Amino acid sequence: MENVYLTIVLAPLVGAIVAGFFGGRIGRVGAHSVTIAGVGLSTLLSLWVLGRFIWADEPVFDGAVYTWLVSDGMRFEVGFLVDKLTAMMMATVTFVSLMVHIYTIGYMADDAHNWPEGALTGRNSYQRFFSYISLFTFSMLMLVMANNFMQLFFGWEAVGLVSYLLIGFWSTRDSATFAGLKAFLVNRVGDFGFLLGIAAVAMYFGTLDYAEVFAAAPGLAGTEVALFGGVSLMTLVCVLLFIGAMGKSAQVPFHVWLPDSMEGPTPISALIHAATMVTAGIFMVARMSPLYELSEVALSFVLIVGATTAFFMGLVGLVQNDIKRVVAYSTLSQLGYMVTALGASAYAAGVFHLMTHAFFKALLFLAAGSVIIAVHHNQDIRQMGGIRKYMPITWLTALIGSLALIGFPGFSGFFSKDAIIAAVNQTELFGGGYAALLLTLGVLVTALYSFRMYFLVFHGKPRMDDHTREHLHETPKVVTIPLVMLAIPSVFIGWFAIEPMLINDWFASGDWSPIMVAPEHDTLAHLREHWHGQGAFVMHALGTPTLMLALGGLVFAALVWWAIAARKPDIDAKLLALGGPLTRLLQNKYGFDDFNQRFLAGGARLLGQTFWNRGDQTLIDDGMVNGSARSVGRMAGVLRLLQTGYLYHYAIAMIVGLVGLMTIFVTL
Amino acid sequence: MYQFPLLTLLIWLPIVGGIAVLASGDRSASTSKWTALGFAVLTFVSSLWLWFGFDPGTAEMQFAERVAWIPTFDVYYALGVDGISMPLIILTAFITIFVVIAGWEVISYKPSQYMAAFLIMEGVMIGVFSALDAVLFYVFWEAMLIPMFIIIGVWGGPNRVYATIKFFIYTFFGSVFMLVALIYLYFQAGSFSILDFHALELGMTAQTLIFIAFLLAFAVKVPMFPVHTWLPDAHVEAPTGGSVILAAIMLKIGGYGFLRFSMPIAPDASAALAWLIIAMSLIAVVYIGFVALAQRDMKKLIAYSSIAHMGFVTLGFFIVFAIVQNSTAGAGAVMGVEGGLVQMISHGFISGALFLCVGVLYDRVHSREIADYGGVVNTMPWFGAFFVYFAMANSGLPGTSGFVGEFMVILATFRANFWWALLAATTLILAAAYTLWMIKRVVFGPVANDKVAALKDLDRRETFNLSALAAVVLALGLWPAPLLEVMHTSVEHLVTQVTTCKLPAEEVGACVLSRPEPLAAVAQP
Repeated sequence: MENVYLTIVLAPLVGAIVAGFFGGRIGRVGAHSVTIAGVGLSTLLSLWVLGRFIWADEPVFDGAVYTWLVSDGMRFEVGFLVDKLTAMMMATVTFVSLMVHIYTIGYMADDAHNWPEGALTGRNSYQRFFSYISLFTFSMLMLVMANNFMQLFFGWEAVGLVSYLLIGFWSTRDSATFAGLKAFLVNRVGDFGFLLGIAAVAMYFGTLDYAEVFAAAPGLAGTEVALFGGVSLMTLVCVLLFIGAMGKSAQVPFHVWLPDSMEGPTPISALIHAATMVTAGIFMVARMSPLYELSEVALSFVLIVGATTAFFMGLVGLVQNDIKRVVAYSTLSQLGYMVTALGASAYAAGVFHLMTHAFFKALLFLAAGSVIIAVHHNQDIRQMGGIRKYMPITWLTALIGSLALIGFPGFSGFFSKDAIIAAVNQTELFGGGYAALLLTLGVLVTALYSFRMYFLVFHGKPRMDDHTREHLHETPKVVTIPLVMLAIPSVFIGWFAIEPMLINDWFASGDWSPIMVAPEHDTLAHLREHWHGQGAFVMHALGTPTLMLALGGLVFAALVWWAIAARKPDIDAKLLALGGPLTRLLQNKYGFDDFNQRFLAGGARLLGQTFWNRGDQTLIDDGMVNGSARSVGRMAGVLRLLQTGYLYHYAIAMIVGLVGLMTIFVTL
Repeated sequence: MYQFPLLTLLIWLPIVGGIAVLASGDRSASTSKWTALGFAVLTFVSSLWLWFGFDPGTAEMQFAERVAWIPTFDVYYALGVDGISMPLIILTAFITIFVVIAGWEVISYKPSQYMAAFLIMEGVMIGVFSALDAVLFYVFWEAMLIPMFIIIGVWGGPNRVYATIKFFIYTFFGSVFMLVALIYLYFQAGSFSILDFHALELGMTAQTLIFIAFLLAFAVKVPMFPVHTWLPDAHVEAPTGGSVILAAIMLKIGGYGFLRFSMPIAPDASAALAWLIIAMSLIAVVYIGFVALAQRDMKKLIAYSSIAHMGFVTLGFFIVFAIVQNSTAGAGAVMGVEGGLVQMISHGFISGALFLCVGVLYDRVHSREIADYGGVVNTMPWFGAFFVYFAMANSGLPGTSGFVGEFMVILATFRANFWWALLAATTLILAAAYTLWMIKRVVFGPVANDKVAALKDLDRRETFNLSALAAVVLALGLWPAPLLEVMHTSVEHLVTQVTTCKLPAEEVGACVLSRPEPLAAVAQP
């Protein structure tokens, strides 16, 4: 199996290398063929591996590929751990990535227009883009398939690198390169904590191998670290690692990079938001469940951060007018749901939502991209409307995606989100009540922003200019086929996957269980005990406040942005004005960006400038270095007085000296 | 048993080559260039024999040579390498090739003397790394200044005179104290053999004074805060090749000095003063990181970045003493030193490559100011790719060599003290911030001006240089194990040495390091 796993990882890398270095020679068709072939191969093999785990009882693979280095008795290895959790992630990542690859053929077809005349970067941009997204897939696979923290960090950072390249892909736009840099730096702040977490693991466990660390964890549960007057080792490790996850999975306050990442071409938005990158943090925490289970403080922290992100970032989505930004804030909010699930020890539910979300969020992004192509890259939803008639496939798939997102009964998002809320309601950790309340209210918010966008884009009167409207038509097959392919799991995957993933403890294989939950934290137990099949689950949900809120939001959105908007087109603007200061607060995104820009970025620059001027230039160079040179000069100036070069001065000095000495000798 | 004097060959081959190039003069510039390249390549190929003939299983000096030089004062021409110096010699031979190639067309003023200076420099630097006799070491150490003085002073920028004098006086100032220490050690040990110095029992006062004397010499070379300000000036004025040698190799000599002299000769003083070095290193990482952020000149920025990265080297070395004094740390001392060494090698490649990148731009536009650029990638896509790649390596991206050393040093530092590790880890943010912000302003964005619009992408010579360095950076990042394997035994030996108390019997109470137990005491039940 090792060769299969190696092939899965390396095939996208080979594609990326060929398309990246030889893009000019093999041309556009060559580049997309080779990368799609690579990712396609990975996808097929990943699905096959997943199938083996489902039906053939495939054993868990945990082995090293090679030894990276050995130092001080510690082995750092590159190796794979493939169990059911990994297999599920691999399948999700490669499948979504493959869809994005295919879609990109259509989306990037006329990318030359995005580059200024004569820029050599624009010449092979199509090939380069394919190279990057394949590299992205490779990085993410390295991350999810790692069997140790070192390789996890490698994948973690590699994902950051490629996101930097992709967000700043249109490198002649300052806003794009700014967003790329911002994403990288914000992620680096998270990685800073992450790396310290790894260092803590290395110190106290003496190894970075997952299996060994997890085996040793219960024995170290009582260890105290002499920091802040004594803190539990597990809390320290888990919180530090989670800071990394907050960067990658864009949790408050490290969420600021994600909306800006919309500067990149739409396919990578889909890739980043659905399958790669942002899911890394969720996956990591789930993978580390044997550690998190040992620290209730860390779990509470995770819970509160997640719930805060879920609700408050969703609110910001309500006031966005850029089609991609609405979806971006919805990603933030949904990531918050997943993180909250992790905090409530419902790791399986978090990962389940990760998977369903990967499909419907990729779908929503690609659908948004499809609309963007059709309206000639104007992303303002206030200038869309009525697109339903012109783009039936995009419309229908976007509707499916939106229904899945708000958790409409029967759709995939319904199962995963309801399971999360059910689990969070059960948690007894500090912050559990807060989280449960915010998540439930968040359902309403989700329905509102999703269907505000949906109705503004697809229904009502067309508000774009005449030229654009005349050219409106459905996008080509390379764009719509991925939409359809993603719409299918968006509808059905929840129905089929909930029972094995949440109820029947499918993740455990043999005596290896990637997701460990302590009995007192088992918040999914309630769901499991009252499980009577999917149908009953749907029926039961019908009476709950959660569903009321979702449907209420949907109906309200339909009323306002469809029914009323048909007669009063300015209702949207009026509603926003009604919000007053609240609207402004949301439009300013709670001021995070301004604060960071002014105090963190500006402060760092100011500090650097001060250190340089005051410290290096004034104090050290002028004071110490040139100062000592000057004092040498001054001393020399004094001494120079003795060396006049006049013979009579010397003669006088000799006589005075002689007389002086003689006097001394005589008197002695 | 007869042994081929490989180290002598490696030292004198480039020096002889340099003299030959010098003698050939500027009558035929191409002859002298090709001769220089020939000698550089030949030296590098010969140096590979060190790698393949090296026995990683022993900490003994290998390829040792010993001939009486000045018998009256017990001075020997004694050479030898262990796992610490051997990779540095290969690094020196490797980098010199690219320096020669980088100066190929750019240097039009007295090219033969330029090439000769670098070849002689190479021989002298290899001499520093392989000398086992203190006088021989000192001679090579000081001799190094001459070619570099000439390189900056003749082929440097407009403010070169200030820079050379600053460079010379700074480094010379440091080394004078080292000479005093070496002479003192000679009187104590009765020989100039460095290995004899290692075995010498020394009181705390003597150790402290010796440590400070060495510190003055090595701290300037590294350079450590606050004696670092010569480096940005020297870099800015130096020609590209000079900057590359300066950053890639000369700085490493300071780090090497700590390992070869300060720590094993004065372990107890090192332990007592480790806090000072650790503090200076952490200031280098954090303070210099911020200073780098404020630079407007690309070369200055990379120079400051070098200082910050060298902070990891000294941190890794001296964290050893904090680790052995922290009972909960467990292992980690060896990892610190090895991390520092890997960082030295890696920084050699990365900083060398970054200076070559700036050189590529400077040769075309004749400006190092960040503000004079913008959107370079639009006219130089291949160059842009290399520059971004090396910038990422400089930010310590895993998969490049820049990650390995920093990772190891942070892991080791964490064992000593959480807060130190926290400060060290800020490099993750700072290095990325100053490097990538420069990249954003220089490489990305719209084409800034006509000069940028007229840029031509890399020629074959430049492509060769940057690709070769890129390949090494990648290879070391993906598979550093072989490098660690050759240094491992030597480093373990060194760590045992430096963590063993050397104080004489009457001062034994002051030992914080472990004392070697007399055999009899161990045997008793």
